[in-house]
Amino acid sequence: MSDITKQSLTELVENIKNKKLSSTDVTKAFIDRSEKSEELNAYITNDFTSAIDKAKKFDQKPNLDLKLPGIPMAVKDLFCTKNIKTTAGSKILNNFVPTYESTVTENIWNEGAILLGKLNCDEFAMGSSNETSFFGNVQNPIDKNLVPGGSSGGSASAVAGQLTPITIGTDTGGSIRQPASFTGIVGLKPTYGSCSRYGIVAFASSLDQAGPMAQNVKDCALLHEVISSYDPKDSTSINFKRNHFSKELTNNIKGKKIGIPKEYRVDGMPKEIEDLWQKGIQYIKDCGAETIDISLPYTSYALPTYYIVAPAEASSNLARYDGVKYGFRAKGENLIDMYEKTRSEGFGAEVQRRIMIGTYVLSSGYYDAYYLKAQKVRKLIKNDFDEAYKKVDAILTPSTPSSAFKIGEKTNDPVSMYLNDIFTVPVNLAGLPGVSIPAGHDSKGYPLGLQIIGKAFDEQNILNIAYAMEEKINFKNKITDWWIK
Amino acid sequence: MSKKYSEYFINRKDNQYEVVIGLEVHAQVLSESKLFSNSATKFGAEPNTQVSLVDAAFPGMLPVINEFCVKQAIKTGIGLNAKINKRSVFDRKNYFYADLPQGYQISQFKDPIVGEGKVILDMPNGQKEVGIERLHLEQDAGKSIHDLDPQNTFVDLNRSGVALMEIVSKPDLRSPDEVNAYIKKLRSIMRYLGTCDGNMQEGSLRADVNVSVRPKGSKEFGTRCEIKNVNSIKFMQMAIEYEANRQVDLIEEGKTIDQETRLFDTKKNETRSMRSKEDAHDYRYFPDPDLLPLEVSEKFIEELRNDIPELPDDKKKRFIEEFKLSPYEANILVSDIDTAKYFEEVVTKMGKNKNIKLAVNWITGELFAVLNSKGLEISQSPVSAKNFAILINLIKNGTISGKIAKTVFELMIDGDKDPQKIVEEKGLKQQSDPKALEALIDKIINDNREKAIEYKQGKEKLFGFFVGQAMKASGGKANPQLINEILKKKL
Repeated sequence: MSDITKQSLTELVENIKNKKLSSTDVTKAFIDRSEKSEELNAYITNDFTSAIDKAKKFDQKPNLDLKLPGIPMAVKDLFCTKNIKTTAGSKILNNFVPTYESTVTENIWNEGAILLGKLNCDEFAMGSSNETSFFGNVQNPIDKNLVPGGSSGGSASAVAGQLTPITIGTDTGGSIRQPASFTGIVGLKPTYGSCSRYGIVAFASSLDQAGPMAQNVKDCALLHEVISSYDPKDSTSINFKRNHFSKELTNNIKGKKIGIPKEYRVDGMPKEIEDLWQKGIQYIKDCGAETIDISLPYTSYALPTYYIVAPAEASSNLARYDGVKYGFRAKGENLIDMYEKTRSEGFGAEVQRRIMIGTYVLSSGYYDAYYLKAQKVRKLIKNDFDEAYKKVDAILTPSTPSSAFKIGEKTNDPVSMYLNDIFTVPVNLAGLPGVSIPAGHDSKGYPLGLQIIGKAFDEQNILNIAYAMEEKINFKNKITDWWIK
Repeated sequence: MSKKYSEYFINRKDNQYEVVIGLEVHAQVLSESKLFSNSATKFGAEPNTQVSLVDAAFPGMLPVINEFCVKQAIKTGIGLNAKINKRSVFDRKNYFYADLPQGYQISQFKDPIVGEGKVILDMPNGQKEVGIERLHLEQDAGKSIHDLDPQNTFVDLNRSGVALMEIVSKPDLRSPDEVNAYIKKLRSIMRYLGTCDGNMQEGSLRADVNVSVRPKGSKEFGTRCEIKNVNSIKFMQMAIEYEANRQVDLIEEGKTIDQETRLFDTKKNETRSMRSKEDAHDYRYFPDPDLLPLEVSEKFIEELRNDIPELPDDKKKRFIEEFKLSPYEANILVSDIDTAKYFEEVVTKMGKNKNIKLAVNWITGELFAVLNSKGLEISQSPVSAKNFAILINLIKNGTISGKIAKTVFELMIDGDKDPQKIVEEKGLKQQSDPKALEALIDKIINDNREKAIEYKQGKEKLFGFFVGQAMKASGGKANPQLINEILKKKL
């Protein structure tokens, strides 16, 4: 049965629908591989026992009309799951068990999927290497001691390592696309307002979006179709007609105009990345689409803007973790002392750094110079894209300025760590959809990704472009199962 | 507007000081559910029984604006003759406290839902206009209870997330009396609109009071102190008196006033410093990214405007014109919506041939006295407007005298009895049959022949004696007017 975990979601769904496989077969196969893969540290919490129960129950009375019939899957531990511990990768929520379900995961279970467990991530999704998690580093299946990227590092590792056929992550500044790129999988960050934020532990509310991560574009399209919904419980959720992304998926992108923004050619970018991008341009052309050089002049301001807006919102969003109502509480002499000790002991260094940055930029006297200015620049960045989209249908860029790096390599250099998000952050600031697809390998054999950025609500278009390119690229992840003894 | 009202100054030796007051009134929106969640808002519920996951700020929970609360705020804005802002923004006011689960209060900072407006106060010597700076919507916090346990503080989140309207006045108030009139006027307007019950005992209406003083005639404002969270008009007045005098004393001593937040100790009748300007919180206001700017259309506002009932100022004007009431009488009747309702129902029930003046006198006299002595609101009146109207008509058409009416009224109180029936059962009907009265008077004149002669000889004050005898003989039921007429004829 070992080949079950090699199957794509689309194949698994088909095999379950044709009754070639039962949900129990599939669930057991992924559990078995997950259990052999402890060294990856992809899971924070597993729910294997009840997953098998649910699979058996599904098989007794299978509803094969569902989109994810009896498909087991693990999800990032930032999604609140009813009666299952939800930690956000933090000590401060180490004992937190929600009594409610996030809308996105609810949508998934409603389509027949079965929860395998909760996947490791950077603490409160703040990080680009999964090294800020209270629950330890996650190994990249590509190579030992290689980071899987972050913050959805456990999710990326679990999909690339075939511990789960698909997963969902969240992307605030690149947290789906960067780890997808580092592990050789596909990751989509949807348009802001496409997926409900209800029940997702908040990092930066105006940027956070949940999105699918999968082995290929088609799987990604199917999962996106399941999770994207209008939700009145989220005031920023947008009510628009959603496509049947997987059904409408096509590799015909003839005549599409794809923008190549010159500002993404940053200083010190490795030649391998530049070459990959050129290869991508050629693939686009091979598919019958046209590339057009464009300019997004405010690109270089995106990263500093992001590192004001995101920490500002985070500093306020994380105020609720005060030891009073739930989660970790340290003993204190009085209320203030309890707050200080709880938050000093409960939050890790990166989270504390961002809370301090955020508190600073919102402080009276600094608000105008930082937060307000950042909001203005954010508008300019969005205007850049609006202007570009008058000429092009989508934009092609590298996903990251480098391939995956070693664990510990950047932990003492936050700025170098932040630079990882340089190509992904503008997309979040503008609220646009972006998909990262694996497009090649560097000299070490590590995967590299290309990013396709779309117009708002134009996920179908970028998925189609990704689908067409995927066919041309014919990417094969080099995974040796080194961690399985 | 001319300053006809009596002026309030604080006097020291040769100096007179004017007191400048501005109020930030926190009025709880009358709504079944909270501002951003569907939890109930009932007063007095068991602690933590009206708390949703949103109110308790669980991870991943998001606020969703309650449209009804928005309507209530807009209606209130209309009632305050204020500009309604079609676009307003909810901001986060960040601070840590045990009864503030989110670690921030959702409020409106730069762009409130309601802008400038005004209210008119009826002061004893004329009207006074008070400017409204703004009205914004915000969440209430929970309640920390420190005295139930020696070590622990208990937190009740029932209030957490309840919608409040903060109504900020301009610094236009000049005396404790004006503050009294202002609060009562706001309360009256909101009760007419049904947007706040104005119940100060239950905390539905409370205020932060900003006080400063300046030499009489000065145009510049003095340094102000803010007295936090005062929950009765009496305490507001006491706090202002104390605080204004404290500030004047400082100036007289050549000292300066520190801008600070103070609290009013109701037991000691003094204000005390809570925190200075330097210690003031930095609330780090910023637009709440969980909520989009609140946008309302002209149509939405117009529909609410059409829904606004007649408000106290208009009602007063109408009462004066339609019922020929004095401004004073009209004021008494309109200031509380339930009194106005009762009065108007009495007017309707009295039918065509009515004596409104008489009804007003009876409401403000006998009825108010009974309500006062029993500690009842007019909405709980033991005498219904219908029976009250019948009683007034019985007086008006001469069935009973005013004096008998008082007896009847006392009997009506117990079980809202029909006065008509009381009059019939107790035989209290006024004797208005001229023949019967003539017979009665003939007998009295016969029995008091000497006095009748004295009267005829010019001792006119004996007329009263005969009236008294006649009333006595009739058991008080004789129609006094007829008695007069007949006596004049016979004597």
